[in-house]
Amino acid sequence: MSWDRSHGEGTEVLLMGNEAIARGALEAGVHVASGYPGTPSSEIIETLARFAEPGRLYVEWSTNEKVAMEVAAAASFAGLRSLCVMKQNGVNVASDFLLHLSGSGTRGGMVLVTCDDPGALSSVNEGESRHFARLLEIPLLEPGDFQEAKEMTRWAFSLSEEIRNVVMVRSVTRMSHASGNVVLGPLPEASGKARFLCDGAVSDPERGPMTSAPVIRKHLLQQEKLGKAAAIFEGSPFNGYSGPERPELLLITSSACRLYSREAVSLLEVEERVGLLNLGTTWPIPPGLLKKRLAAAEKVLIVEEVLPFIEDQVKIFAAGEAREIGIKTFYGKYDGTLPMVGELNPDFVAAAIGRILGVDLPSLPTEYRELLRGLEGILPRREQTFCPGCPHRATFWLIREALQRDGRGGFVCGDIGCYAMASLFPAAGFGTSKTLHAMGSGTGLASGFGKFGPFGMRQPALAVCGDSTFYHAAIPALINAVHQRADMTFLVLDNCGTAMTGFQPHPGIAVNAMGETTPMVDIAGLCRSLGVPVETADPFSLRETGETLNRLMENPGVKVLILQQPCALSPEKKGKKRYLVEVDAVRCLGDACGCNRLCTRIFRCPGLLWNREKKKAEIDEVICAGCGVCAGICPAEAIRCAEGGAS
Amino acid sequence: MTGTLEKDPYNIVITGVGGQGNVMASRVLSSMLVRRGFRVTIGETFGMSQRGGSVMSHIRVSSEGVWSPQIPKGRADLVVGLEPIEALRVLADYGNSAVVVLVNIRPTYPVGVITGEAEYPDPETIRRAVTGLSADARFLDSTREAIRLGNSILGNIVMIGAVAGLRILPVDRELFDSVIREGMPADRVEANLRAFDIGVKSVSERGGPAETSGDID
Repeated sequence: MSWDRSHGEGTEVLLMGNEAIARGALEAGVHVASGYPGTPSSEIIETLARFAEPGRLYVEWSTNEKVAMEVAAAASFAGLRSLCVMKQNGVNVASDFLLHLSGSGTRGGMVLVTCDDPGALSSVNEGESRHFARLLEIPLLEPGDFQEAKEMTRWAFSLSEEIRNVVMVRSVTRMSHASGNVVLGPLPEASGKARFLCDGAVSDPERGPMTSAPVIRKHLLQQEKLGKAAAIFEGSPFNGYSGPERPELLLITSSACRLYSREAVSLLEVEERVGLLNLGTTWPIPPGLLKKRLAAAEKVLIVEEVLPFIEDQVKIFAAGEAREIGIKTFYGKYDGTLPMVGELNPDFVAAAIGRILGVDLPSLPTEYRELLRGLEGILPRREQTFCPGCPHRATFWLIREALQRDGRGGFVCGDIGCYAMASLFPAAGFGTSKTLHAMGSGTGLASGFGKFGPFGMRQPALAVCGDSTFYHAAIPALINAVHQRADMTFLVLDNCGTAMTGFQPHPGIAVNAMGETTPMVDIAGLCRSLGVPVETADPFSLRETGETLNRLMENPGVKVLILQQPCALSPEKKGKKRYLVEVDAVRCLGDACGCNRLCTRIFRCPGLLWNREKKKAEIDEVICAGCGVCAGICPAEAIRCAEGGAS
Repeated sequence: MTGTLEKDPYNIVITGVGGQGNVMASRVLSSMLVRRGFRVTIGETFGMSQRGGSVMSHIRVSSEGVWSPQIPKGRADLVVGLEPIEALRVLADYGNSAVVVLVNIRPTYPVGVITGEAEYPDPETIRRAVTGLSADARFLDSTREAIRLGNSILGNIVMIGAVAGLRILPVDRELFDSVIREGMPADRVEANLRAFDIGVKSVSERGGPAETSGDID
């Protein structure tokens, strides 16, 4: 089911959108690929890492997206082809460099792939990277199916070399994590020669230094490059039109919405009335193509996710051309035809077209709808929670206990990783984690909160961050807190890998993306170099570690507590039990205890069951991971651990 | 292309809970259909899903082209539920009176049920609801069968076997064998084939749809 070099030209395989993008880069002869893990983008770098080979393809997980982009740009400057991959908010991180890179231009083909997450299926934002293409004046491509994801990525390298600037390819979760048939193309026998030619004049694009200055001249050049891209886009096979020459309704769409739109037209059986303009090149939209299609329709519906990016461009263009193409009626985000937030689907689009054309979708029979009503309220919600044996559950439990003992109303500034669930679902974090923003922001917020004592603030501020997040973005905020003498307790939840996105290595792991052994950057040593107290503890030792936390919180200034315990799903732990955990049915007093079912109702590990008949707690042996932490929370000491649980 | 479809596109939903092998099941079934020459689109929601949440794969099978990775509401042709209430959740959104449903009757309780705060519907209610909302409903304990084979994760393959046993789609043991051999270490192939066979048997042994509809064991 997976593919490798043996799958030659012409083979048709089932590829995930992300695999298709990776394949496109390989078919383009990519030499360097870099990125930072983030759903839904991670499989692209993971796939490429399987093909890494010295002198042919170098792949790295960088410390963050800005560094990843700098590494990829260096490859381009040295004449190599490079790919840089990230999720939508990664582009924000990289955007400062990208602003300058788009001014300096590139040499070897350089492609930036961003995977956006409309509907925030696995994000805490639904930020859009498309706007960066317009803001930074670089071309934007959006694949609308799996084959196109491959072809477009491959072609993006040529386009980049033709205009000498970085090209952005934007995918979305429903493309990246969907799969479909892809016919493979040939893999070139490319090997790269790297040399940075830099002995020429500033004005020499081939041999001069790479910089965005002199700014005005370079900015003008950048806009000429974009104009060249628009001219190339006019004849691009990635834009297509299907439908009548003079449609009653022109639908303009791109990306996954193209598939929703096709489906909606088919559901409503309005193929004779609706024209579909599918755009693969969405910035800049080629003006000739747009003018031709707008001239042939009076009503125009724009279908896209999430914000009105294409709609803005189309309306601005139509205003300028109104004398020639006439006045149009527009439907889209601004008039509420389609929602301005969340992801779309075929039903949203069908409803929108149906309203405009006065066509109804056939609905389910009344009898069936009656039966469906019978399901209301009987299906229990499946809440997300930390896995059985997850170190984070223990961590937030001991934080809860420490904050209660402390009694000053302290709180946790949360961060991005699995432990974000502590902020997203209060029950998972036992009500301790109160903020959640960008990677590293918990540390920066705590640095701020830690300075408000003179304003009467007595609440101790705690910040948590994972090991990968520590390297990514927490270090500058930590240095700030130290330098500003902020009062803050900084907890690193070190679970030995980028757990949430699939255990990608980071600088604290002695291996890189390609499986080579690499030097480790020690978190504790790095923190100690800042001259602040640093302690390391095991979150599974609830009492001891909780007391350590209380002691640290009492002191002023920055204190660092590193909590080390590998993720329960990590390869070294998965399927192995440290303890055989049991509930002593005599000691467990159940509802008579007065603990109010502390273990099942508050601690909420999925391995703990409440037996309704016996009215006592039990361990579900199949689900229990054998961490033994729950033994430390039972006031009756009814939960017992025996060494050496079965694997 | 070998074999035909009852409908084009033919819409399948495979649903379950993180950790049940939902994604693997959808990949195996889809790979079999790609080998038959069909165009297949799989839409999947994962990411946070391994943390105990609901998982759903939408599979569109067509002889002509790529369809949306999200099936329109009320348009599922076949629902494969690796978990009973997840099957019902899918029927609530994608069900219709012509849908065929395969359900593993073994519940995976949500945390709220474990803690005693929420109720899990009783087996009879589930059976009645699934039967009422489908044209043909089959119930099997694929988890039990998989545990007998030595690994509960094989429950997903038992269900794929059951799909083949229904004979709605042009997939069979030979095809499964070739797909599974490519995607899996050799020492695990045998157990997967046995799981597949059990699945096929569990739906074909008891005769036609009318007799088995609503049967629970």
